[in-house]
Amino acid sequence: MSNENQPQDEGTFYGRFHRRVIEGRGAVMAIFTTLAISVGGLVEIIPMFSATLGPEQHELVTPYTPLEVAGRDMYLREGCYTCHSQMVRPMRAEILRYGEWSRAFEYTYDRPFQLGSRRLGPDLHRVGTKYPDAWHYEHMRDPRSISPGSIMPAYPWMLDWKVDPADITASVVALSKVGHPYEDTSVEGVTEQMRTQGSAIVTNLSTAGITAEWDDEIVAMIAYLQRLGTDGRAVFEAEGTGR
Amino acid sequence: MDSSSVAAAPQGAGAAITPDYDDQIVKMFFTATVVWGIVGMLVGVIIATQLAWWPANLNLPWTSFGRLRPLHTNAVIFAFAGNVCFTGIYHSMQRLLKTRMYSDTLSRVHFWGWQAIIVAAAISLPMGLTQAKEYAELIWPIDVAVTVVWVAFAINFFGTIAIRRVQHLYVAIWFYMSFVITIAVLHIVNSLAIPATLVRSYPIYAGLTDGLVQWWYGHNAVGFFLTTPFLGLMYYYLPRAAERPVFSYRLSIIHFWALVFLYIWAGPHHLLYSALPDWAQTLGMVFSIMLLAPSWGGMLNGLLTLRGAWDRVRTDPILKMMVVAVSFYGMSTFEGPMMSIRAVNSLAHYTNWVIGHVHSGALGWVGMMSFGMLYWLAPRLWNRDLAHPKWVTHHFWLATIGIVLYTVAMWAAGLMEGLQWRAINDAGQLVNPIFLDITARLQPFMILRVIGGGMYLVGAIMMGINFWQTVRSPERPADAAPVAA
Repeated sequence: MSNENQPQDEGTFYGRFHRRVIEGRGAVMAIFTTLAISVGGLVEIIPMFSATLGPEQHELVTPYTPLEVAGRDMYLREGCYTCHSQMVRPMRAEILRYGEWSRAFEYTYDRPFQLGSRRLGPDLHRVGTKYPDAWHYEHMRDPRSISPGSIMPAYPWMLDWKVDPADITASVVALSKVGHPYEDTSVEGVTEQMRTQGSAIVTNLSTAGITAEWDDEIVAMIAYLQRLGTDGRAVFEAEGTGR
Repeated sequence: MDSSSVAAAPQGAGAAITPDYDDQIVKMFFTATVVWGIVGMLVGVIIATQLAWWPANLNLPWTSFGRLRPLHTNAVIFAFAGNVCFTGIYHSMQRLLKTRMYSDTLSRVHFWGWQAIIVAAAISLPMGLTQAKEYAELIWPIDVAVTVVWVAFAINFFGTIAIRRVQHLYVAIWFYMSFVITIAVLHIVNSLAIPATLVRSYPIYAGLTDGLVQWWYGHNAVGFFLTTPFLGLMYYYLPRAAERPVFSYRLSIIHFWALVFLYIWAGPHHLLYSALPDWAQTLGMVFSIMLLAPSWGGMLNGLLTLRGAWDRVRTDPILKMMVVAVSFYGMSTFEGPMMSIRAVNSLAHYTNWVIGHVHSGALGWVGMMSFGMLYWLAPRLWNRDLAHPKWVTHHFWLATIGIVLYTVAMWAAGLMEGLQWRAINDAGQLVNPIFLDITARLQPFMILRVIGGGMYLVGAIMMGINFWQTVRSPERPADAAPVAA
């Protein structure tokens, strides 16, 4: 099926050019198409790696601890981003509802980014330290026990399943390869850090009458959720910025 | 398509049985399309039910919304729409280039590889194995497999162009080519990651750079997986079904190049008001608005191709489907640029409005174009009359009413939640400080969405049964008249 009879276009310059040079030669068509689809991506992506045009950085922002990495891996696994955003927009209503608006430097160690695209539930970027550890424990076990009317699925398996420090070490090693500064990436070091941070959460939970162990998945999940947005808050306090 | 090829359309139908063409591969992709389409839409109805009635999450890890939602999106985009594109491309490009595919082996590698990837996705996503980037969730070993299979497809595609028996490439081929090239670029760049284990990896990009790369990918998955190949299908199957030449060759040149050049810039409109640098947000917004022009160029070229054939739209359900498809394409490509305007986006972002927008494109444009093409192809591929010709009309109405219910519910829900999230009273306080109060008010719309989506699914199942019984019916006698277009 060809375009042989197109007199109204054959007479124009572009009509002749397009037919002879581009449509008649598959390779030329492919090269032109590749060029056309490359420009936008190159212009937008390359400057993101420049210090002045790219996202700003801040030295007070530090990588997630191994236990928080474990919790974050769970956040990814359960697809939390399909319902929750992590991006407070600079608007009055959002700041009233969630807290200080999100800055670019706060995401320095977010791989993959978890800004989200949908708020079936509330934004989580400033959820860190907003509620006690026991609140999260109960909420993950049965969201409706804390928030009547919630449509969030329950995650009771997080109370039973264990995190494997060797598995988390693999994550920490991979993250250090892409530039996250971890001092100790040995299994022993990672395990020790996880145990220390996890035990503090276990102690918190016990004051609310909840029995847990440091390597329960729920403990890692709580560690991650309580970290969210807190680096940014530390920066705002240090610099006297924000609300 | 010129007038001489239109005059030759009845013979064109006869060409469907020309032994030179590999129609076996077309039938394989066709079958996979119908099966995965029903599966993907079924998962969609299930997760819609979960949002209307939370106990449908079943308290099990592998059935909770967060794991099934990526299964739905991946199934309908890559399994259903992907196989639709391959069905149409393998069928039409052999005829447009008047040659068999370059390599039957590569065709089979492509088919079985792609289906194996879909099965791997259907197993891994409910297990929670994911990269947690929207529409790019598949874990890195599957990503590698996608790349290998895509390269096989690309070699076959360009090989077929190299051995073609016509000089000029028809406009549908341009659109297919942009699909083959761009998806490869997007997939590879967005998937670059450092593996931690066999099932886990971390992207080489962090924070908002990862966000920009992801939405450059995500938006152009819409652009080059759900738009350009479907425009290619429109340029082949709409003129065939309508027996009319394409309205304007000149318009097809202009809107093709404008579309492929502009589309790629639009990704940052998914990150408006985020901490993404302002220059990138502005570029995303400006290019999204410009995108309206080439999108409507495609819509007009499709609709105006029906000049002189509008009387047949009244009676031919295949043409009805294609007209509704192109109309929804026009509507959603008007809505998209509007939603990319910062002020509108501040209301629409994070709400159900976005879901409504996506589905007017997905159910309206992609789905209806696919159904129209499949109904046109089935009698020709299998040389049988459709078992239930009237069901096509029933399917058309079920799908159309289903889309309207779905999108109206989502628009209403989106506007409502967007306005209630931001409402501030005279004292400067939030009118709705409790997030869950707003969630509760959305439930009627969530139920309406299940009904609309359910109707759409029932239509697709009817189509599946229709094809099943068609294929099992006796073949048309050799002396029968060709299948009417």
